[in-house]
Amino acid sequence: MSKITSLADLKKRREELKSGLDIRIKAIDPENVVQVKVAMATCGIASGAKTVMEFFLEQLERRNIAAVITQTGCMGYCYAEPTIEVKLPGQDPVVFGFVDLKRADQIIEKYIKTGELVDGIIPVNYQTIDLKE
Amino acid sequence: MKELALNILDIVQNSIKAKADEISIAINESVTDDLYQIIIEDNGTGIPEEILRNVTDPFVTTRTKRKMGLGLSLLKYHAELTGGSLAINSKVGNGTEITATLSYKHIDRQPLGDIIGVLVVLMASNQKINFTYRHKTGKGEYRFSSKETKEYLEIDTLYDRNLLKEISSMIYENLKGIEASGIEVKESYKTVL
Repeated sequence: MSKITSLADLKKRREELKSGLDIRIKAIDPENVVQVKVAMATCGIASGAKTVMEFFLEQLERRNIAAVITQTGCMGYCYAEPTIEVKLPGQDPVVFGFVDLKRADQIIEKYIKTGELVDGIIPVNYQTIDLKE
Repeated sequence: MKELALNILDIVQNSIKAKADEISIAINESVTDDLYQIIIEDNGTGIPEEILRNVTDPFVTTRTKRKMGLGLSLLKYHAELTGGSLAINSKVGNGTEITATLSYKHIDRQPLGDIIGVLVVLMASNQKINFTYRHKTGKGEYRFSSKETKEYLEIDTLYDRNLLKEISSMIYENLKGIEASGIEVKESYKTVL
C-alpha cells in the first residue's frame, strides 16, 4: 500500500472505502442507535478517557454496532474516571465508571449487545434527591 | 498528564464549551531558538475580564458541577517547569488565544505524544467544529484543516473509522517529513483483547 501524504492521495484511497453512507445515516438519527458519551474533562483525560474513546470508535464499528460516540465534559464523578454514559435506543442512559479497556470490552459485549449490566455502574442519584423536600 | 497532546486535548475542551466552531492548534518548534510553542485559538464566547485575571488559578472555574478548573493551570505548570510561560488573550464575543511557550531542550519538557490521536478524537466527536492543525519545525511546516479535507473529499462528515485512519496516516507521514519531535502513535488498545 502506498503512503498517503496529500488530500489527493486521500481522495484516491477514499474511493476504495465503502462505509461513508452508513455513517451519515447514523449522524442524522442518533436516537435509533447506541449513543456513547465519554467524559473528557481534565480528570477524565488524565485517567485515560482518550484511549477509551479511541477504543469505542474502533471497536463499535469493527463489531458492526451502529453507534454515535461523542465526548462530554465532567459528569461530576471525578473519583471514578474514566466515566462513560451509554444510551441504548429507547432506554434511559447508564453511567459506567472506572472504564478501562477491559471494562469497555465488557460494556460492548454484555451491556450494548445483550443488555446485561456489568460492574462499575454509577447510580443516577441526582434525579432522586430533591432538596426542597 | 504525561504528554503535551493530552494538555492540548484538555484545553480544547474549554474552546468546545465556549461554543467555538473554529479551533486552531499550532505547534512551533525550534531547536536553534530553544523554543517549543503551543498556540490554541478559538472563536468561542471568550473569557470575561474578571475571570481572565484568575483563570490559571486551579480553584477558579466557570463550571458548576465542581469548583475546580485544572486545565489551564496544568499547562501553565508544565510551561513554567521548563522556564517558559503561559499567555492568554481573550475578548468576550471574539474568542480566545492560549500560548504556551516552553523550552525545547529542557529536560522537563514533555514529549508531544499522540497528537494525531487527539485530532482524531476531536474530529470524530465534534463534527460541526472545524479543526486546523499547524506544525512548524526547522525542516518546514505542515497544515491540516478538517474543513478543507471535507470540502476536498466532498463529504459532510469525517466520522468514519477507515477514513480517520487514512487521515491519521497522512498527518503522520507529513509530520515525519518535517521531522516533528516527540510524536507518538498509540494503538495500545489492540493488545488488550
